Amino acid sequence: MRRPSGGTNPWFLLPSLMGVTLFVLVPFGDVLRRSFASAMGGQAVGFANYTAVFANKAFRLAAANTGRFLGVCIPILLALSLVVALCLYALGERAALFKTSLLIPMAVPVASVVLLWQVLFDGQGLTNGWLTGAGGSAVSWMDSPMAFWVLVGSYIWKNLGYCVVLWLAGLAGISPSLYEAARVDGAGNVQMFFWITLPNLLPTLYTLLVLSLINAFKVFREAYLIGGDYPHTSIYQLQHLFNNWFRELSMDKLSAAAVVVALVILGLIMLLRRAWDKED
Amino acid sequence: MRKLLPGALPLALSLLVWLPLAFLGGGSLMSALELSGYLGPVLSDTPGYAFWRLLPCYPTLAPYVELLLDSPEFFVMFWNSVKLAAGSLLGQTFVAIPAAWWFARCSGRRSRGLFTLYIILMLMPFQVTMVSSYLVMDGTGLLDTHWSILLPAIFSTFPIFIMHRFFKAIPQSVIEAAQIDGASSWQIFFHIGLPMGKNGVAAAMVLGFLEYWNLIEQPMTFLKSKTLWPLSLYLPQITAGKIGLALAASVITLLPSILVFLYGQSYLEQGIMASGAKE
Repeated sequence: MRRPSGGTNPWFLLPSLMGVTLFVLVPFGDVLRRSFASAMGGQAVGFANYTAVFANKAFRLAAANTGRFLGVCIPILLALSLVVALCLYALGERAALFKTSLLIPMAVPVASVVLLWQVLFDGQGLTNGWLTGAGGSAVSWMDSPMAFWVLVGSYIWKNLGYCVVLWLAGLAGISPSLYEAARVDGAGNVQMFFWITLPNLLPTLYTLLVLSLINAFKVFREAYLIGGDYPHTSIYQLQHLFNNWFRELSMDKLSAAAVVVALVILGLIMLLRRAWDKED
Repeated sequence: MRKLLPGALPLALSLLVWLPLAFLGGGSLMSALELSGYLGPVLSDTPGYAFWRLLPCYPTLAPYVELLLDSPEFFVMFWNSVKLAAGSLLGQTFVAIPAAWWFARCSGRRSRGLFTLYIILMLMPFQVTMVSSYLVMDGTGLLDTHWSILLPAIFSTFPIFIMHRFFKAIPQSVIEAAQIDGASSWQIFFHIGLPMGKNGVAAAMVLGFLEYWNLIEQPMTFLKSKTLWPLSLYLPQITAGKIGLALAASVITLLPSILVFLYGQSYLEQGIMASGAKE
């Protein structure tokens, strides 16, 4: 039989493929080349740029901070959104308003959030007013390690709704007959949660891990707008470093660092994917 | 009690969403005098701590009047934002929709490999592609023009990924039936693919709008002239001293994305779910 060819007309893909090649693939190849060349003159220098990047103090600080940020906020986000999704699932139809509410932060411009943050977390801001009013002592939020937690909070605030919707889709995909069968066998709620709900949510977990990882890089918007080019060291992230190197036009270091970050992200995705394929 | 319990946590978290919005909305209706009374300690270092009232004591539209009538630069920025968001989405309709259709209808090994590449590109953060984009824009003289933002957005692979899920859900039998009736690949695309996959297109557009209305990194990197900046980047600049104006500008920036959000929430949810579907 002839292979059905509806839509396999290559013209459909051509504009996109040309654009991606011209604007992403070829230039990234150029960056790869530059990562092995000196900034001045462009002669090959082997791995010199890479060793320079890894020896750079700012890079180490930024990489450690980014790693710490990912390690702290992704587990919190995934756990909290799962709990919320379970609550909404139990509420059924009545959960619609909550779901809408939790998705709204996706539509709130970062700049508006930052305006609010300034009023809330200034040394003489609202939170310190409430803290001292309640008999506590003021905290310098943005000029201390607390800045890290403000950023974690911003990230969770923004991404919670997204994750809840995905968890809910995962929950809706679990066949009710599984629960019925388990109940007949005398399983309690807790047992059903650990033996049916959680294992069936594993594919959702994989997706959420990948997406939260990607979205975590976007928290730079908040960090940058709050702290500028050189924020408190606890929130100085890779994105700040890229930005600063970019302004200094250190193309050699920047190219090497871009390749390193791309490789790390690619590695993480492959690792997650492999773990997930094993699961199937 | 058992019925109330699952509502408590979502309610508390929803309040964390509603209160900030009430702050922005209420604050934008306050006079400069009232605002400096509440926020003086933050704005001008008067002693003590800031405090807040949810509703203004003397509601006024003065900040909006000042913003809309006496701030010509605001209109420039607003128009820049519209141009960037609309241009990106318009470009995507011509580039991403056909590409998504192609990936959904091709099942060869080569097309699957290419699709994996597209997904990897989609997952790369801006900072990774920043240098390469800069080099292209610099080389083509597009730096410091809106094209430096528009072109990478138009060729983004994210909408292709989202729409591809929806196109793939169209049963092969429908397409084969059309082929037997002699329909060309373009006719199938326009008369079957687009109508049946329109939810996917809408989902990608809603997600795209929320992203492009909110650009910070790209204009910051590629646009030197402030007159080309979008609202999202301009907004933080007016905070100092003019908090009333900033609040009103915030609300006006917020409105289009809230409207798109409320109008397209079901598409948004479908899009989020599609982003999570297994590939």
